[in-house]
Amino acid sequence: MQSLLNITTVLSVFLLLFVLFSVRRAHIRVEYSMSWLLAAGGMLLLSRARPVLDYATRHFGIPDTPLTLFLAAGSVFLLMFFRFSMIISALRDDNIALAQRVAILEFHIRSLQQTHE
Amino acid sequence: MIRPGPESLLIIVPAWNEEGCIADVIQDIRSQLPEIPVIVLDDASSDSTLQRARQAGAGVLPLPHHLGLGGCVQAGYKLAAELGFHYVIRVDGDGQHDARDIPRIFEALRTSGCEMVIGSRYCAGAPIQERGLRGIGIRFFRLVLRPILGRRVFDPTSGFVGVNRHALDVFSRSFPLDYPEIEALVVLQRRRFRFLEIPCKFRPRRTGRSSITALKSIYYIFHVLMGVFVNVLRYDRRFHRRSAGAEIHSEK
Repeated sequence: MQSLLNITTVLSVFLLLFVLFSVRRAHIRVEYSMSWLLAAGGMLLLSRARPVLDYATRHFGIPDTPLTLFLAAGSVFLLMFFRFSMIISALRDDNIALAQRVAILEFHIRSLQQTHE
Repeated sequence: MIRPGPESLLIIVPAWNEEGCIADVIQDIRSQLPEIPVIVLDDASSDSTLQRARQAGAGVLPLPHHLGLGGCVQAGYKLAAELGFHYVIRVDGDGQHDARDIPRIFEALRTSGCEMVIGSRYCAGAPIQERGLRGIGIRFFRLVLRPILGRRVFDPTSGFVGVNRHALDVFSRSFPLDYPEIEALVVLQRRRFRFLEIPCKFRPRRTGRSSITALKSIYYIFHVLMGVFVNVLRYDRRFHRRSAGAEIHSEK
């Protein structure tokens, strides 16, 4: 169990650093990095707070402490994927509306040019 | 510059990589309706569809990147609404629709009071010619749509569709993006709009292949089914406020 927690700690630290470097290099925008930073921070805290994990395991009747850790990690990342799906959907809608607008404006410009010729 | 008059009709032709037949489609339409403006909605074709459409004398709405059929057709509806047209008929760019049927669809639009008129392959019990999964899909959606629409629809996947100004206003704001024909019927039903099917003969594609393969047909069924139920469940505040004012037509 202890080695699993240590590995989770190391992975969380790597994720934190990776996200911070990505933000610094402008590969990811600050607003979208927040979810990753919160998730990595949460996993880091959980992996270093064994009593909290043990309490949650007993409280929710989960058979194993590592399973509690995996459940927590899985839930956090599922929520993040859902949030990103919402963001992507909104971006796609905006993108389609913009593409349609550009096409319509191009049509009007061409029509005006033909009228003046 | 296009200046629509009263009772004005616009014909929109969504096309994606249809260089083989787009000019013929435009010529067909022009031979039947020489005075009616035709606009090809070029969904970012990688071939010379756009140039051929312009050479054939059509206006072209050039989308900057590929949006798919729904996004492409909605762009046409938005343009038509902006230009002030009263009726729009969609004719597919693959040559399947016969331009000789357009006057009948237009007449039905003007006289029936329906918001949408569908050129239907299977009206009056004509057998479904589509084979395999596509045929199954059409039969399946006939069954699914019957209780939702409260009436039979013979050809729910037909793209040969005319709409009046009311439907145009709705579709220019809200139109399904992928595989739009079936979902569009539900969008109209939600607003208590009426539709009418009139029998039309479809031709086989002149060139190219349909983008809907056997595998995509399965995806199509699930995708559209999901879209139909989302539209049924969707709560539209503006619609409910308007329907309280009883300004919307009753279902046929």
